[in-house]
Amino acid sequence: MRNPQLNAHGELTHLLTLEGLPPAVICSILDTAEPFVSIAEREVKKVPLLRGKAVFNLFFENSTRTRTTFEIAAKRLSADVINLNIGASSTSKGETLLDTVDNLVAMDADIFVVRHSQSGAPHLIAEHLLATGRSHVHVVNAGDGRHAHPTQGLLDLYTIRHYKKSFEGLTVAIVGDVLHSRVARSLIHGLTTLGTPEVRVIGPETLMPTKAEALGVRVFHDMREGLRGCDAVVMLRLQNERMNGTLLPSAGEFFKNYGLTQDKLALAKPDAIVMHPGPMNRGVEIDSPVADGERSVILPQVTFGIAVRMAVMSIIAGAR
Amino acid sequence: MPANASLPDAEATLRTLAERMRGAVAHDAAFVGIYSGGAWVAERLPALVPGQHPVGFIDVSFYRDDYSRTGLKGGSKRTSLPFDVNGANIVLVDDVLYTGRSVRAAINELFDFGRPARIELAVLVDRGGRELPIEHTYCGARLAVARELSIVLSRDEGLLTLAVEQMS
Repeated sequence: MRNPQLNAHGELTHLLTLEGLPPAVICSILDTAEPFVSIAEREVKKVPLLRGKAVFNLFFENSTRTRTTFEIAAKRLSADVINLNIGASSTSKGETLLDTVDNLVAMDADIFVVRHSQSGAPHLIAEHLLATGRSHVHVVNAGDGRHAHPTQGLLDLYTIRHYKKSFEGLTVAIVGDVLHSRVARSLIHGLTTLGTPEVRVIGPETLMPTKAEALGVRVFHDMREGLRGCDAVVMLRLQNERMNGTLLPSAGEFFKNYGLTQDKLALAKPDAIVMHPGPMNRGVEIDSPVADGERSVILPQVTFGIAVRMAVMSIIAGAR
Repeated sequence: MPANASLPDAEATLRTLAERMRGAVAHDAAFVGIYSGGAWVAERLPALVPGQHPVGFIDVSFYRDDYSRTGLKGGSKRTSLPFDVNGANIVLVDDVLYTGRSVRAAINELFDFGRPARIELAVLVDRGGRELPIEHTYCGARLAVARELSIVLSRDEGLLTLAVEQMS
């Protein structure tokens, strides 16, 4: 079966997940992002690539940060951006997802940036557009349920490559609530596709997917053991709602076992970088001195995220 | 046809171009090469043209007018202009001047960095066939080439060579 993200010419036309994308496609996104990083340093922080195109930010689930970075990325490409907070409007009136999409296509949308709490929603939209002969409209997944968050995965890959130059010989650890994390899933697929020799996941058994090893990772429940010799440490956000259930005893207990402190970071390589997709819970998954420390690249990640999203949008909008 | 028979030697053409620029360009003019061929020419010019000439590079991928037809081709490079564009004397440098579309894109991009005092255009080869009202200020050689052929500059160990290829 053909990868629904690629068109007949093998070009990226939707970005739904990093799983199954050829390494060359991922690399070309990272390469394209590089010149976009420097656009922020110009007097006019814009290029005319997507002039006259309409990008619809379709957010069925709230996320100010991701929506804002997509908005900035689209605006730097000179596209028109329309933000729709769907959770609060159509759906509550009973309109189906695909009816919403059809209406917006009738308003001449060129790119949909979709965030949805249901895994597979962006995929459903892409299949619907293809089935109804509107392959000129493109979809970017901005996070769907527990499934994928491919642009976050790409910006993490970009950050690692920026500081470590290549993925050869690297050991990368992803720490925290791997079970519920689409960020972790996307990054794992990206890292393994690009041939990272060792990807580790670290966390309590209750927050680890069953058969995590099937993703091509090594599982650690002891953080100190897992951090040893790492080149990059990716901390995941502990979602507050997880605290209410039976998965975790308390935030304090979690911090003690899986919070990143200077003391634990010392076990990783001396030049290891520390990443976090944000927003951070200081004192829960990461200690302030680490978050603000010299090995933290959390703020550069945000900057790179805009360039990576510009690259994705300009590649898919140019696909035949 | 014996493809390279009618082509001039690229190194000799570069010296001719430099000679025509000597004394005519501003003493402090910046040479900005359009990737990739124009960048190679721009890198060589300061050694051949007296004065203090900073060198910059420009990638016009994000300003091209054929994006909606051909998409973004891989291998975009970072535009780098290591001088203040505001008030600068700039000589855009390209290897082959044809339709004028790359030059149009490059001029647009330059203005996103500031307001230059003056922009001139230096090209190694002018092959005619303009589709825009754009003309060079300095030119190494003029050539007549059939539409289906393209002139390609290549660089090997620092030396420039011109060749004719079928348009892809």
